[in-house]
Amino acid sequence: MLHISCPWCGPRDEPEFRWGGELPLVRPGPPERVCDEAWAEYLFMRDNPKGFVRERWLHALGCRQWFVLVRSTITHEIRATAKLGESLPEGLA
Amino acid sequence: MRFSALALARNAVSFHRRWPQFWRSPEPRPHYDVIVVGGGGHGLATAYYLAKEHGIRNVAVIEKGWLGGGNTGRNTTVVRSNYFYPESARLYDLSLRLYEGLSRDIGFNIMLSQRGILTLAHNTHQMEMLARWLNAMHLNGIDGELLGPSEIRKWAPLLNDSPTARYPVKGAVLQRRAGVARHDAVAWGYARAADALGVDIIQNCEVLGFLREGDRIVGIETTRGRICAPKVALAVAGHSSVLAAKAGFRLPITSYALQAFVTEPVKPALSCVVMSMATGAYVSQSDKGELVTGGALDLYPSYAQRGNLPTLQAAVAGLLELFPCFSRLRMLRQWAGIVDVVHDSSPIIDRAPVKGLYLNCGWGTGGFKAIPGGGFVFAHLLATGRPHPAAEGFTLGRFTSGAMIDEGAAAGISH
Repeated sequence: MLHISCPWCGPRDEPEFRWGGELPLVRPGPPERVCDEAWAEYLFMRDNPKGFVRERWLHALGCRQWFVLVRSTITHEIRATAKLGESLPEGLA
Repeated sequence: MRFSALALARNAVSFHRRWPQFWRSPEPRPHYDVIVVGGGGHGLATAYYLAKEHGIRNVAVIEKGWLGGGNTGRNTTVVRSNYFYPESARLYDLSLRLYEGLSRDIGFNIMLSQRGILTLAHNTHQMEMLARWLNAMHLNGIDGELLGPSEIRKWAPLLNDSPTARYPVKGAVLQRRAGVARHDAVAWGYARAADALGVDIIQNCEVLGFLREGDRIVGIETTRGRICAPKVALAVAGHSSVLAAKAGFRLPITSYALQAFVTEPVKPALSCVVMSMATGAYVSQSDKGELVTGGALDLYPSYAQRGNLPTLQAAVAGLLELFPCFSRLRMLRQWAGIVDVVHDSSPIIDRAPVKGLYLNCGWGTGGFKAIPGGGFVFAHLLATGRPHPAAEGFTLGRFTSGAMIDEGAAAGISH
């Protein structure tokens, strides 16, 4: 069971949260100028790293806010959480 | 060495101390025709069919740990071919047909038990989905029957079919040819058969990087030195993205832990495999008497080969809704494998974007049932350079063209 520190609500248990994908993920645009390859990169291709990764999470059964989380996919250690747009501590971005 | 009653008797006299090793453990040679990375079921089957079907015997299988120690040793051993789309039906039924003849083919008892699989529906909408799915199976030439509650009771008498149950049992699709097989025996049998044909199986050898000549991959750098080959084939499931990153490209894969667990052994209580569309739980009873069960994927990507508790609890809760009488059984073991999930829940059997590299990945939660078929079509691609007719459509390019084979809903479980 992970204890995740929501930047708005503080530490809560894992079942309150939803994983929302790795970061950075920037939607290409404008849509009429985006080729199939760029759409495939955005929609499907992922780094899926073994090690620390920056992710977007949703406090689904809490404040319903999205936030950023830095987590190891090997040990599940959570290094940091931050509000969207907030900068992460040095060396974690 | 072949297994026979005579060999068994002879070895019984010597207290079973003189059985030969099933495969050699050779030092890696500097050059092979094909290197297969990944000594799980898919990698070993690929090497076997390269040697047997295509006469390519100068092959090495490179394994980071031990044979069958990844997902091949961590699944729930279910084999079936009840898929929705024609492409999937061709591929998974090829695999099931190969499973049906495998013990004889490789001279190793894989303990295939075609005991049937029941996929349950709990409401009218799921019944309609089941009927649609069954029609697709029939159009694809796959066996299947729709059962009503009274027939289901005969197949699984312990199932909670009370009309007041939280998940009342309205009906089920039965595939009689589906069942279970002994997972370790599949890996060991393929390894032994491939070794007998001259394939070098090299364990405890991790791939550190790829050797390049121009824009082409010509071999691998490993913890046991450099090994060259004009064709390098990846069959590494949940670690596909890690090796792809070393080769300089990305894949449409996310790696998750998928858990399974077994209870203490009990007398025969369940003769078939039962899968529930609503709860995501599935269960069968092993020959030892343990109930082998599993559920949904863990909630976030992971390379840790252990599961988290909330998912385990959800799977157990789903199981107990179906079989309340299992509530007093104690869990013996729990584990997880790292599965390579793609967005349409169908595999990728294709050339990689880098020359000289080939991909067999994306099987997600259903790789075990596909071992013989996956190995067969991957060997065909490696040997001939063309996709096998049963593997057409399972390309990497479908994520760009949009020609998905979306088994997400049709595959029977929620992922």
